Amino acid sequence: MRNDALPRILFAAYVLVLMLPIYWLIKMSLQSNADIMSGLTLFPRHPSLEKYAAIFNDPTWVHGFGVSLSYVAINTAISVAVALPAAYAFNRYSFLGDKHLFFWLLTNLMAPAAVFAMPFFQLYYAVGLFDTIWAVALAHCLFNVPLAVWILEGFVGGVPREIDETAAIDGYSFPRFFVKIFLPLIANGIGVTAFFCFMFSWVEQLLATTLTSSHALPFAAVMTRAYSVAGMDWSLLAAAGVLTMIPGAVVIWFVRNHIAKGFALGRV
Amino acid sequence: MTSITLDHIAHSYMGKPKDDSGYQLKPLNHVWEHGLAYALLGPSGCGKTTLLNVISGLVIPSEGRLLFGERDVTRLPTEQRNIAQVFQFPVIYDTMTVAENLAFPLKNRRQPRLVIEKRVAEIADMLDLTADLNRRARGLTADAKQKISLGRGLVRSDVSAVLFDEPLTVIDPALKWELRSKLKRVHRALDLLMIYVTHDQIEALTFADKVVVMNDGRAVQIGTPAELFYQPEHTFVGYFIGSPGMNFLPAEVRGARAHVAGFEMALGATYADMPKGRNIQVGVRPEFVAGTRGAGLPAQVRRVSDLGRKRLAYVSLAGHPLVATLPHDMESVGETLNIAIDAANTHVYLDDVRVAGRAP
Amino acid sequence: MTAKPINNRAWFFVLPVLGFVLFSSIVPTMTVVNYSVQDTMGANNFFWNGDQWFRDLLNPTTAIGQRFNDALFRTLAFSLTCLVIEIPLGIAIALCAPRKGWAVGPSLVVVALPMLIPWNVVGTIWQIFTREDIGLYGAALNGLGLHYNVTQDAISAWTTIVVMDVWHWTPLVILLSYAGLRAIPDAYYQAARIDGASRWAVFLNIELPKLQKVLVIAVLLRFMQTFMIYTEPFVVTGGGPGSATTFLSIDLDKIALGQVDLGNAAAMSLVYYLITLTVCYVFFTIMTQLERRRDV
Repeated sequence: MRNDALPRILFAAYVLVLMLPIYWLIKMSLQSNADIMSGLTLFPRHPSLEKYAAIFNDPTWVHGFGVSLSYVAINTAISVAVALPAAYAFNRYSFLGDKHLFFWLLTNLMAPAAVFAMPFFQLYYAVGLFDTIWAVALAHCLFNVPLAVWILEGFVGGVPREIDETAAIDGYSFPRFFVKIFLPLIANGIGVTAFFCFMFSWVEQLLATTLTSSHALPFAAVMTRAYSVAGMDWSLLAAAGVLTMIPGAVVIWFVRNHIAKGFALGRV
Repeated sequence: MTSITLDHIAHSYMGKPKDDSGYQLKPLNHVWEHGLAYALLGPSGCGKTTLLNVISGLVIPSEGRLLFGERDVTRLPTEQRNIAQVFQFPVIYDTMTVAENLAFPLKNRRQPRLVIEKRVAEIADMLDLTADLNRRARGLTADAKQKISLGRGLVRSDVSAVLFDEPLTVIDPALKWELRSKLKRVHRALDLLMIYVTHDQIEALTFADKVVVMNDGRAVQIGTPAELFYQPEHTFVGYFIGSPGMNFLPAEVRGARAHVAGFEMALGATYADMPKGRNIQVGVRPEFVAGTRGAGLPAQVRRVSDLGRKRLAYVSLAGHPLVATLPHDMESVGETLNIAIDAANTHVYLDDVRVAGRAP
Repeated sequence: MTAKPINNRAWFFVLPVLGFVLFSSIVPTMTVVNYSVQDTMGANNFFWNGDQWFRDLLNPTTAIGQRFNDALFRTLAFSLTCLVIEIPLGIAIALCAPRKGWAVGPSLVVVALPMLIPWNVVGTIWQIFTREDIGLYGAALNGLGLHYNVTQDAISAWTTIVVMDVWHWTPLVILLSYAGLRAIPDAYYQAARIDGASRWAVFLNIELPKLQKVLVIAVLLRFMQTFMIYTEPFVVTGGGPGSATTFLSIDLDKIALGQVDLGNAAAMSLVYYLITLTVCYVFFTIMTQLERRRDV
């Protein structure tokens, strides 16, 4: 049998190095600011969860967390739902302008947020959605919808067209076929796509902060404000930072089997 | 030039099971003779793929020894066993041409270039791939790709056995026949031991010299297609082989006659007395149950099935369902039909196993 | 491979997508185009400037042209460096990742973690991590004798941003490659063993070709993201020291908001967008052509 030790060692080494900055953050969240500034230590001297308690007890932080989760969830749902029929169409049919449309969709992934921030601000203000979770959820569609279409199109391609034809022969109407037969076949793809949409929406901060102010302030914006107001409250920031990692970790735990099952985005 | 010996091979996923039911593969002794084509036939889950994997090296059996010739290869990894394998779907190297695909195993064994070229040309010729040698393997049809998969196995002259795991699964029905004939020709030309796993009896019976019928992890009967047809040793073989399968009637057997509820019939041999209370059946294939205008047992006709080359009558004889064959000159069939049962081809089964009788 | 049926009613399937994306892209795009061809004397007084902004921009002898040129090359160099490191590293780690057993789930979570952190937090983490007084990275490098100072030394700043990007985004390549690898049926590996193929031959002839589609996505996404990088370097170096890490996005922001020079900024963003578009279009076309040629 192949030598399994080398890959495992390399992988473990990579994970170890990877975790160092994260460990550092966790460590700092458990220290007091005085402790942090007093010198470099590998372990917290008197670990305490007081900063976490401060966050949980502060309605601004909690509200911010809820806001972030809300717009990410809404955006993921919209992106996947809207992308599904489009992905099917792109893969199964040939239509006027299809290749150009697909490429145009991809170009929206190249939109630098820094450039669009100002026009977005004006647009959402004009339609009265400024400072709502809907603004962020819709704004993130700019890049998440094309990404969802891109990934889902690959998964649709992995399902043989014979299945569509057989269902038609068996008398299924298209909606029934799509919901009862097709969707379960790409359940894997839907899970993976939802994960990526969640991730890219959760981590995007520039648009999220530009389009919100007091009512719908996302968690990371609360962080940035605390940053400037309280000066260098490193341990509070560290605690907040650690908390931002949790939803993502939970989501990927839920879709781990979809990823482990593998996808090639087409026929292997 | 080797034969493969299974010496008490058995496989279970959980150590040594207490009884038979714990085995994926029940203990089996068999010698696969060099140069013959074998089919491993059985329904899904019967253990045929497990057995193939034991031979190929993907699975190490929990009990028993596997011998290639005199060599104990039970624990030897696949690449050292000198076998070739063709899988359910074509396995080819996408980025290479057909010629490069066929040359690959020889290149890895550092054969000289001229030897490789000659061998590739030979095998390509045998498999009708010569025209496509310089095309990219990826663009060919499924049956061509399976031929390439097979070819890669055949290029190596040290191959002692070729294993097939349901290789025609993804092939167009129209091309299956062609590919099967090709396999037979290759077999005759190269005189290799071939083991072919399938759940399709037509494939098995047309391809193989000998068929191993498996059910529920056990090799139920090993024999030529003729033996399996004329003398099934187990009711499963009678039922699985033949289309439709054998007719079975519960009976009491005395001497050379069988007493079925409602009538009596003659048997082709004399049987010793059988213990009471056990499952005794009489089995006879529809091919040997004939509708007749002459004398016979009266049966109610349920329906007639016209298959083109033969016509079958589904009848009820004294309440027992039977399938009978109608002679070609019997144009129409009424509600009743006389049937004649060929005693010489009637068998007796005790607890599903055939009982041998003495000549009458 | 049979051709796809032509069905123009498929446009109905695509309309929702079109709606959502257009809403967010048409108005901003038009605004940017608008700004790029106008000049302002302040207080909302615009007058037509034609293609003057563009000409100045693409002329390396003008101040703005020089600045744009520098930022462009800086960003391209950065993108290339990151791609050259992240793609092979990502594939290599994906090959080493556990494929069965209890370790699969936790491994995926841990490996993906850096990707799941909001970008300003990533910046903050590295800002702290690179300080020589309270950060492990800064302290360790200085302890080893290297003169590491992320705010004052250009090389330190550059390498730090690259390391940060590799740390942050290699997981994307790993996850995509891992999923691609897991989709390869076992039979291919068995056949390769029977054929006597070496580990390297298996990688070249089986794994890499079958990873092609996911790698296209990985490369394109990574190129786009590195080319447009903004938040992370901004938080850690602010674009400094000097303009050492002032990549296109940051420079753009400085011009647009800092100098309120909307015309130049808008023209810059359009040119910038067109460059990204061209590179991606070329790559995309090459990959689809290669694939089509393989099937012939």
